[in-house]
Amino acid sequence: MTDQVSTAQPAQDDIVGMRQYDTLMRRIVVIYLPLALFVFVLLFPFYWMAVTAVKPNHQLTNYRDYSPFWVVGPTLEHIHYLLFRTSYPGWLWNTMIVSVFSTILSLAASVFAAYAIERIRFTGARVTGLMIFLAYLVPPSILFIPLAFMVFQVGIYDSRLALILTYPTFLIPFCTWLLMGYFRSIPFELEESALVDGASRWQILTKIVLPLAIPGLISAGIFAFTLSWNEFIYALTFISSSENKTVPVGVLTELVRGDVYEWGALMSGALIGSLPVVILYSFFVDYYVSSMTGAVKE
Amino acid sequence: MSTTMENGKAAPRPGTSMLMRLTESRNGLGLFFMLPAAAFLLCFLTYPLGLGVWLGFTDTSIGRPGVFIGLENYQWLWDDSVFWMSVFNTLLYTFVASVLKFVLGLWLALVLNEHLPFKNFFRAIILLPWVVPTVLSALAFWWIFDSQFSIISFVLMEWGWIDRPINFLGDPNNARASVIAANVWRGIPFVAICLLAGLQTIPQSLHEAAALDGASSWQRFRHVTLPLLTPIIAVVMTFSVLFTFTDFQLIYVLTRGGPVNATHLMATLSFQRAIPGGQLGEGAAIAVAMIPFLLGAILFSFFGLQRRKWQQGGAD
Repeated sequence: MTDQVSTAQPAQDDIVGMRQYDTLMRRIVVIYLPLALFVFVLLFPFYWMAVTAVKPNHQLTNYRDYSPFWVVGPTLEHIHYLLFRTSYPGWLWNTMIVSVFSTILSLAASVFAAYAIERIRFTGARVTGLMIFLAYLVPPSILFIPLAFMVFQVGIYDSRLALILTYPTFLIPFCTWLLMGYFRSIPFELEESALVDGASRWQILTKIVLPLAIPGLISAGIFAFTLSWNEFIYALTFISSSENKTVPVGVLTELVRGDVYEWGALMSGALIGSLPVVILYSFFVDYYVSSMTGAVKE
Repeated sequence: MSTTMENGKAAPRPGTSMLMRLTESRNGLGLFFMLPAAAFLLCFLTYPLGLGVWLGFTDTSIGRPGVFIGLENYQWLWDDSVFWMSVFNTLLYTFVASVLKFVLGLWLALVLNEHLPFKNFFRAIILLPWVVPTVLSALAFWWIFDSQFSIISFVLMEWGWIDRPINFLGDPNNARASVIAANVWRGIPFVAICLLAGLQTIPQSLHEAAALDGASSWQRFRHVTLPLLTPIIAVVMTFSVLFTFTDFQLIYVLTRGGPVNATHLMATLSFQRAIPGGQLGEGAAIAVAMIPFLLGAILFSFFGLQRRKWQQGGAD
């Protein structure tokens, strides 16, 4: 290392001593306090969302008589309004349909592509892999105008099909890239011995590689589902009628009306719209983390 | 075993059909397997990318096919102060938000890398802002930044720090700071969790060796942790810059580019002109104008950090 280190004071903190140096006081200031701050800031908007969603209207903006941080007599009025007097359930259903179908479509295409690039190693496989990665970097905010033009011309404007067909533009590159990493980790020998035993490529893929890559498939699947659930700009551009909207677009364009914002209904809409991905996430935290970090590595 | 099947390819059997031969050959099979993904990406990604560039050279509007007008859209944008404002905003937004995300994310990653009780639980809840749909969390921020009933203003007024509510989204500079804050809030978890994954790959023995040599904890961070983390920082920040630069959702929810275009990013301006304004050609030109900046940002953050890694003698 550099000369700075060698001229430093003699080594007094050996490793056993380091733990003792880490007094409780120091740990509180250096670790627990920042952590508490981070957790508070990162989670407060959700708390605020939840509190507002169940707050009766007369308490919502009356900070003088009611503490804004707490709810006296929580109400389901906003949620009831949302579920029975607006098109919200329809938006949930649309989002679900679009997310599920675009995820399945992307996963199917990606499995083949990733397997071809990683294991069949056809001529130009490296370049194809690089192109896939570059495709992942193309942002939707550049593509939405030409895609809107295409959607108009093909005649699928304002339909769920438009979203199911356009979401894979960002899902396929992501899933392929992720699955390539997983396929790479499966030992070659397994495939080779299957080839010796006379298995076809198709049999190798379905009977050996896919079962071993199930964690990767789950990671890619739930991540793709989340990405399509959260997608906004395509849904905003390609959908115009209320009954075809997805949750993010519907909440923003239909529940925000005039100057008086119905914060209770808006926040319950945001809360309920977040729940599916949060529930999915809570079951598969490790898969999420591995797909997020897996997409970044390499 | 591995030597007997070096190529992993069986010899083609004679007398098989055309399809069989195709699937037996490596390239044929590769092509066959690539087909769905490649067809999709060519139709819905490569073609629109080219179409977007073409639209930027036409005066297409919604419902009317345009004609080629050369660089007219770009000349028009060159003299358009709103466009330049959006360029400035995008650069400011990307720079400030990325720096903050990096510093705070690295800090959070270092904190999470310590021995903590319930570490996995913390890691899980910290990622929540990133999992929840941006539009929906942005709505919560809209409510938090309300001009009259903002909870932040309320608390600050209770503490006696300010006299009247802060006009978060109504004043140009406040609005810029507010959208950057919301973007940083959403981006920290991504940076932190990715960097944490990188930190966990650094062998403990290196820290022990440095400590034995008398390195202080800052020196250990500066000369052990940081160099080893640089490759992953480069990739994470490239992604972060890319997503921040092309951000659309937060601005669209919080300010729609207002007040008086003070927070328009290039993405929101391009949407504004193309979809509600109907000028597809002009919107496409703005989107195309993002590409050089985008490439520049990617190259800068990628190669800038890559060179540092090389200078410090890291293996490629």
